[in-house]
Formats: sequence, structure tokens, C-alpha cells
Amino acid sequence: MSLNMEIHRDDLASKTGMWLFLFTEMLLFGGLFVVYSVYRYRNAEAFHLAAHELNIFFGTANTIILLISSTTIAMSITAIQKKNKNFALVLLGITILLGLAFLANKYVEWGHHIKEQIYPGSAVLALRGQGDVLFYGLYFFMTGLHALHIIIGLVFIGFIVVFIIREKITFDNHVLLENSGLYWHLVDLIWIFLFPLFYLIT
Amino acid sequence: MDIPLSLVLFDNLIPAEIMENEKNHIIPYRTFLLVLAGLVLLTLTSVAVTKIYLGTFTVFIALFIAALKSSFVLRVFMHLKFENRMFTIMVIAVTLLIGVVIIITLLDYLFR
Repeated sequence: MSLNMEIHRDDLASKTGMWLFLFTEMLLFGGLFVVYSVYRYRNAEAFHLAAHELNIFFGTANTIILLISSTTIAMSITAIQKKNKNFALVLLGITILLGLAFLANKYVEWGHHIKEQIYPGSAVLALRGQGDVLFYGLYFFMTGLHALHIIIGLVFIGFIVVFIIREKITFDNHVLLENSGLYWHLVDLIWIFLFPLFYLIT
Repeated sequence: MDIPLSLVLFDNLIPAEIMENEKNHIIPYRTFLLVLAGLVLLTLTSVAVTKIYLGTFTVFIALFIAALKSSFVLRVFMHLKFENRMFTIMVIAVTLLIGVVIIITLLDYLFR
């Protein structure tokens, strides 16, 4: 074994890079939350009424789906560390399925709104006043951007599954799996705030 | 010149034993399941609280529960509890930054 053969790896740096990226994501959504707070402050009544049309059941179901998927991806790290490759793959498979279920729910919800002529730029929505236009504009933009993150997360986890099958991620080299987990948890974190701010306004 | 960047940045912040343990730290499945149970319970509480009319307090309670849930996710799922303290400090800093921007913006609208 020559010394040159040694592959340089720095897990802490890798994780630090992931966190720095997550901070930019937090600031992206943070900016949208600033816009949300100002618009809600100025249109309290309209936001209150418009929020009643969102389905709390779907919102709650999607919250729980994301929480479970976060748990399964976190558990997959434990499984890999315990050299239980197959269980890790099963857990990641469940994570992907739950992510798809989340998107399916979102599709039904959005479909329902669009069928009722409620979408950004709709003439019916414009007639209901400025507050409603702002509420639904933010609703579609923020949940849409979040759904886009879910899709990216699913692709990311898909790659991780392939890497585990090909033994590129193993019990002593799993920082990539951890980073995909961090991304998925961040998407969950954002939803934790989106859910009460859009669905639970009374 | 083969010193890992993270060592240069964080060396003095990490006690030797954490450095040792960091790689081998395995969180039991049970911990995750317990945290999940807590998170689901908090979600349902948040929904139930919405049914009670509390005026302006409603939004603060909703945000408080959301913050509580986030801290669980950050500390356990995202491993901050077991990781280098530097990560926790950075997360707090970014959160404060967003909070301060929201508060300053609202102050402007409230007192203009």
C-alpha cells in the first residue's frame, strides 16, 4: 500500500458545506416569510377568511406524512451504521413513497382550487379583492416552491439509494446519506412553518 | 498542505472526545420513534388549539408550537445535539437574522 493510494476525505467539511447551503435555503424562505407577515398584517381579515377555504385535514395529513418520512430517513443512517444495508434501503424506499404521497395530496389540493378558478392571475380571484389575491399568490408560490424542494429531495434520495446498492455509501462512509437527510429535514422544517401560517389562521 | 479545512476552522472548538465519538455515534431507532410521536402530538395540539378562539394569541401559539417542533427536528433528526457546537451557533445566528428582519419590517409598518 503506497501512501498515494489513500483517498482524502473530510466529513466535517462536507457537512459544513451542506449546512451553509441549507442556510441560503433558510434565507430564501425567510424572505418569503417577511413578505407574508407584512401582507397578513395589512390584510388580516381577508387572510383569515381565505384561509378557511384551505382543507385542514389535507394540511394535517401532509404534515404527518412529512414527519414520518423525516423519521425514516433519520433511521436509515442508524441502519447503515449498524451495517444493515437492506433495512436502510427499505427505510429510504418508504421515505420516497411518503414524499410521493405528499405530492399527490398537493396535486389534489391544488386541483381543487384551480377547478374553483382560484389561481394566480385568475379573473374570479381578482374580483374577490386584493387580500385574497395576495393570500393565494403567496399560498401557491410558497407551497409550490416547497413542493419543488420535495421533488429535488426525492431525486437526491434516489441517487443515495443507488449509491448504497453500489456500496458507494457504507457503514464507515455515509456522509452523503447524512447530507441528503439534512436536506430532507430542512424541507420538513419549512413545512412545519408553512402549515400553521396558511392552514391554521383562525 | 493536506490539512482538512474543517480542522483549521473548528479544531479549537471540538473537545478531543467528541472528535473521537462523532464518527461512531449511533442514535437508537427508539429515539427517532419517540421524537416522531412527540412531533405528531404537537401537530395535533396545534390543530386543536386553532378551534379555540384566542384572538391574536392564536398566531403566537401556532408559531411557538412550530418553533418547538423545529427544535426537535434540528436537535435530533439533524443531529445538532451530537454535532460540533459550531453548527448550532450558526443555525441560531441565521434564525435570529430572519427573526430580526421580520420584527424590524413589522415595526416599520406598525409605526409609520
